[in-house]
Amino acid sequence: MTSKTRIPIQLQINGHRHELEVEPRVTLLDALRDHLGLTGTKKGCDQGQCGACTVHIDGQRVLACLTLAAQAQGRAVTSIEGLADGDGTLHAVQAAFLEQDAFQCGYCTPGQIMSAVACIREGHAGSDDEIREYMAGNLCRCGAYPHIVAAVRQAALEVASSMETAS
Amino acid sequence: MRDFSYLRANSVDAACQAAALPGAMLLAGGTTLIDLAKCGVTEPETVVDISHLKGLDTITVDDRGVTIGALARMSSVADHAEIKSRFPAVSEALWQAASAQLRNMATIGGNLMQRTRCPYFRDPANFPACNKRTPGSGCSAIGGVTRGHAVLGTSEACIATYPGDLATALVAFDATVHLGDRQVAADDFFLLPGATPHREHAIEPGEVITAISIPASAAAGRSTYLKVRDRQSYEFAAASAAVGIEFEADGRTIRDLRVALGGVATKPWRARAVEEALKGKLLEADIVKQASLLAIEGAVDHGANHYKIELAPRVVARAILKVGETA
Repeated sequence: MTSKTRIPIQLQINGHRHELEVEPRVTLLDALRDHLGLTGTKKGCDQGQCGACTVHIDGQRVLACLTLAAQAQGRAVTSIEGLADGDGTLHAVQAAFLEQDAFQCGYCTPGQIMSAVACIREGHAGSDDEIREYMAGNLCRCGAYPHIVAAVRQAALEVASSMETAS
Repeated sequence: MRDFSYLRANSVDAACQAAALPGAMLLAGGTTLIDLAKCGVTEPETVVDISHLKGLDTITVDDRGVTIGALARMSSVADHAEIKSRFPAVSEALWQAASAQLRNMATIGGNLMQRTRCPYFRDPANFPACNKRTPGSGCSAIGGVTRGHAVLGTSEACIATYPGDLATALVAFDATVHLGDRQVAADDFFLLPGATPHREHAIEPGEVITAISIPASAAAGRSTYLKVRDRQSYEFAAASAAVGIEFEADGRTIRDLRVALGGVATKPWRARAVEEALKGKLLEADIVKQASLLAIEGAVDHGANHYKIELAPRVVARAILKVGETA
């Protein structure tokens, strides 16, 4: 299965299966944005340094700019477009970002939100210091960090209390 | 990024065979390979994807130590309960490295193969001279901006700093790198630049890292990784130290000590002179600070990186006192 031109790949994104033909060098980020029109995932540095392209693969937060699309075959990819419920109800982290005004220009926000969802799920949102440490891979050039920390803290509390209610 | 052929290996043997092809490179987490391909530093003809291989990501702990499969992710090793309790310096080195996203991607084997962050190495378009990239082409860093460059283990051909954290802990605790059946001590796996800075690792074409193992020891059980950097998180070390200590029954006399430095040398740097100077001594601040100066014996600076010569012994002393004084 070697080809230098284009290879057929299947991707599972936000619960939907997509078939496309790409050059092997195409990253998951470019596949999402340029091939599938899912432009919510942002290209910041394209070099693994800013976190704007954060998506989930099999539930783990990763950088789409350093992942080949071909590598993501057979894995479940979630992008920012797949976070809200089908009826448009926002995820707790999305709602918290709105409520806490946790952005200015908004360019880093999809990556921040995807990272925050995973940060909370991993159990790394226990204090402001821990949130800062485990959100360090998402840069915000506007400097909205204090509000981002507040939003993650709020969402972490809401997720914890909803889990208590459920159990 | 130049295009390449993509091949998924379905066994270690297939990966070894494919890796021996001219222009072939292994792809695991991708955090080094894809990054450097974008910089134009690496131009693989064929990318051999080993990230889907089964059974290479297991972590096994027993009385003798721990064996970590090469495809285990940095994040899962950092969070592993027994690695946290029996090899704390290893866990700390891992979670203080990179970002949460990168740690979820990067594998332990790939981590050992990461390349220097020397900005001249990473920018072939603007700096064609780099002995590491193109043997014999010269070194753009010498005489350039050297704030991040090494002060230990340098040569006239290369002063690039080894950037990793994990390997610093690995050399401190006598880890072994497994290349299939062949085993190499971690300290020997990383090569000094000398006249051949393009050769960084004791791995041959067609070999694949399959695991690393770390022997259990009292010093590894009482250890820490102290990382000092320009910002609090998500940054490479200005200077770091992996330190482990074992006391005699009196709880104050040092029986065994392990010290390795990161961020200041061309390879993970075991500071045996510090270890020998302190074995049999009492853990006292003045004695520790004096002995820690031995960590930078032979250091040579290139101007802007002079601060590392003062910083490194302080980091070593602080790490020894920290791990020695906490019960």
